[in-house]
Amino acid sequence: MSTVKLTVNGKAVSVDCEDRTLLVHLLRDHLNLTGTHVGCDTSQCGACVVHMDGRAVKSCTMLAAQAAGSSVTTIEGIAKGDELHPMQAAFRDNHGLQCGYCTPGMIMSAIDIVHRYSGKLDEATVRHELEGNICRCTGYHNIVKAVLDAAGRMKVAQAAE
Amino acid sequence: MGVEGIGASVVRKEDKRFITGKGRYVDDIKLVGTTCAQFIRSPHAHARVKGIDPSAAMKMPGVIAVLTGQQLVDDKVGNLICGWAITSKDGSPMKMGAYPAMAPETVRYVGQAVAVVIAETRNQARDAAEAVVVNYEELPAVPDIKAAIKSGAPQLHPEAPGNVVYDWHLGDEAAVKGAFAKAANVVALELTNNRLVPNAMEPRSAIADYDAAEEHFTLYTTSQNPHVARLVLSAFYNIAPEHKLRVIAPDVGGGFGSKIYIYPEEMVCLWASKKVGRPVKWTADRSESFLTDAHGRDHVTKAEMAFDKDNKILGLRVKTHANFGAYMSLFSSAVPTYLYATLLSGQYVIPAIYAEVMGVYTNTTPVDAYRGAGRPEASYLIERMMETAARQLKVDPAELRAKNFITQFPYQTPVIMAYDTGNFHASLEAAKKAIDYAGFPARKAKAKSEGKLRGIGVSCYIEACGIAPSKAVGSLGAGVGLWESAEIRVNPVGTIEVLTGTHSHGQGHETAFAQLIAERLGVSINQVQIVHGDTDKVQFGMGTYGSRSIAVGGTAIVKAMEKVESKAKKIAAHLLEASEGDIVIENGEFKVTGTDKSLALPMVALAAYTAHNLPEGMEPGLKETAFYDPTNFTFPAGAYICELEVDPGTGKTTFVNFVAADDFGRLINPMIVEGQVHGGLAQGIGQALLEGAVYDGSGQLVTASFMDYTMPRADDLPSFKLSHTTTLCPGNPLGVKGCGEAGAIGASAAVINAITDAIGSNKLEMPATPDRVWHAIHAA
Repeated sequence: MSTVKLTVNGKAVSVDCEDRTLLVHLLRDHLNLTGTHVGCDTSQCGACVVHMDGRAVKSCTMLAAQAAGSSVTTIEGIAKGDELHPMQAAFRDNHGLQCGYCTPGMIMSAIDIVHRYSGKLDEATVRHELEGNICRCTGYHNIVKAVLDAAGRMKVAQAAE
Repeated sequence: MGVEGIGASVVRKEDKRFITGKGRYVDDIKLVGTTCAQFIRSPHAHARVKGIDPSAAMKMPGVIAVLTGQQLVDDKVGNLICGWAITSKDGSPMKMGAYPAMAPETVRYVGQAVAVVIAETRNQARDAAEAVVVNYEELPAVPDIKAAIKSGAPQLHPEAPGNVVYDWHLGDEAAVKGAFAKAANVVALELTNNRLVPNAMEPRSAIADYDAAEEHFTLYTTSQNPHVARLVLSAFYNIAPEHKLRVIAPDVGGGFGSKIYIYPEEMVCLWASKKVGRPVKWTADRSESFLTDAHGRDHVTKAEMAFDKDNKILGLRVKTHANFGAYMSLFSSAVPTYLYATLLSGQYVIPAIYAEVMGVYTNTTPVDAYRGAGRPEASYLIERMMETAARQLKVDPAELRAKNFITQFPYQTPVIMAYDTGNFHASLEAAKKAIDYAGFPARKAKAKSEGKLRGIGVSCYIEACGIAPSKAVGSLGAGVGLWESAEIRVNPVGTIEVLTGTHSHGQGHETAFAQLIAERLGVSINQVQIVHGDTDKVQFGMGTYGSRSIAVGGTAIVKAMEKVESKAKKIAAHLLEASEGDIVIENGEFKVTGTDKSLALPMVALAAYTAHNLPEGMEPGLKETAFYDPTNFTFPAGAYICELEVDPGTGKTTFVNFVAADDFGRLINPMIVEGQVHGGLAQGIGQALLEGAVYDGSGQLVTASFMDYTMPRADDLPSFKLSHTTTLCPGNPLGVKGCGEAGAIGASAAVINAITDAIGSNKLEMPATPDRVWHAIHAA
């Protein structure tokens, strides 16, 4: 057993867990943040994507201990109160989700993509960058639309700040 | 159309919880005192279980129990059932072997459970499962259809000699013989419909909770049809009577058919929960999903089509072998028979059809309905056949189709189905226009000058949805009726709850069904709550599959609403001192026509519940129920055209354009409908280019992870161009047909027709990987 101290969605937390605990299980089992999902065991599907110190990571592929001292943001931590993150709003407005299972990971990956490209995205780039996130429902058509839409919204939001 | 009524693309009510991480899937649920289950699964495709030694595992930390298949037998828990009886052509019933939830004696596919460990935590259960020693005696295995039907093949079940479950037929053999005798041309085709793994993104999961004082079970499960689950668990498996078993299917992360069935794991969790006296939870990892979720398709078919000298179709002869895997899953028997051969007329006038289907056992994962279920196999066969015929007869493939289209409705096919309506010319013309079909030769020539092989492929599909008239399916062997129920509760403050027996696992029912209410009452969809997925809340229902929810479930809602409105109008007329016939409902108000007198819905509802001033003899309350049994299937149809380029150097396929022109009848929410089509197309294209379950000669599933089985990714697919043509379905008051499976049914043939057009060779099987395409080019 180890004690892992980290910041999750802006709050300092300290969790006693087995050494082999994965970050995703720390979030889901110990902190009840069940918005982060597990969809495969091989780092392929991306349902578990969260942000660690601002970068997208697959939380099923790292030990909780590796996140010690870092700041983790999950799908539960990106809206400002009742105000949705522009990526969340874009997924809803473009019907970028159906069953919702891949959605948290998609949204977290998509935010990271927009940041890395400073919002300068086209369809081909979005499709290429989403390779690490699998969706079985949407055929990606509306997810791609949502990410491109959100890139514009995030730029506007940034300019306003 | 109101702002939120029928035809409005309103954003989904359910989305907020999903985009904020507040969805509630089975694995998210935590009950106090929950234990974890880990199954011990066979590593062999066929073996005798000689012994199971749990002694080392029982000494490990946190282990509560190790339970085996023999204990299930001792406790008289029933075997899994197949709910659709098929009769062979010789009149004999289908021949099925027993399907135990955990194998006591013989395992017949890799991944079949033989025992389960129950422990305090997931990791403790996993550790202990490693320590359970199972002694197997390996037996020879049959990994595919060819091996199963070979003489002298290893036998899976003593009940099914030759590994044959049934040898079934449909149609008129003599008429087909006559048609071929007078044919000017005969076109032959052999093809394989590749085995697929459904891969809903949420792995299957179950939590069983036994209350000893009440002798009552609660099961949380990833189900598309919780009521069917309860019925089967009660009536056949002896788990508990229905009033002592509550089944809850909360948010479910995709199904595509794979979550229809009652699987061994749910049964074992229920049984184990009673044995250990605590809740038992199991969640599949992805490898378990690959090994144990029912697979789809897996047909091998030979077919011939006869044409007269004017290229009109005279007859069709089809012989299909269908792989059922090692056991008969819940609805497996119906898929290659009544959901397949009944659609072999496609969109065409085919005077004579004869189909033979042999269903066989193999040492592989059980196969059952997967998105489309039989109709994709039929559509792929017919549309590959039409393309092959056009090339052989040297006519334009679109013209050959148009020449043979059914144009008069209703149309009785020779294979049971009676198409009620359609306009196949309209959808084909819409698709041709969208892709600029006439301009294709010039584009092909230009691509050739750039070293690329460009192809175009058409697929005109028809399918049968809204399953189905209960009497009709009963006469064909179904063990259940396929009606749907709805209950409308108007609360005293005028808000509305709609209880439906369908289940939403991505289809957007919470929005589309609320739109039906908004359309009729003129209220906001925010005043309407859709309730589903809980047998304690909804009395009964048949669930969601076969694109049935709007056509059958939606119609049940309409029927219940008619009753609610009738009573509410009587109350309003009484309070407004008007004649009932003069009351109209507009914008949430009950108005007396031609006057300024009106009552808002909440006032009518309140009056119904205070009951201070109701018409003489009227019961208080405002709640109505309807059970709706459809009168026919519905027949969505459409035309898909795919244009793509093949790189002759690598065999790689790149999409240029993919257009879909669908006729789904009336659209309730076009945005949701288009989303369903996108997803279906992705699965159809996935089957054509990427996906395929591969077993090796010993029955090992080689493609048992996302690293080995190619799921369609964003960069494998194009953006799609969709359009709609409309003929209203005459069989239901909404005029709807269903849209959930069309994409998966129609897309595969369009893709393969386009690739074979590009490379100039018709010998290409799915998935058309770059390797296969390259070899097809260089063998030609």
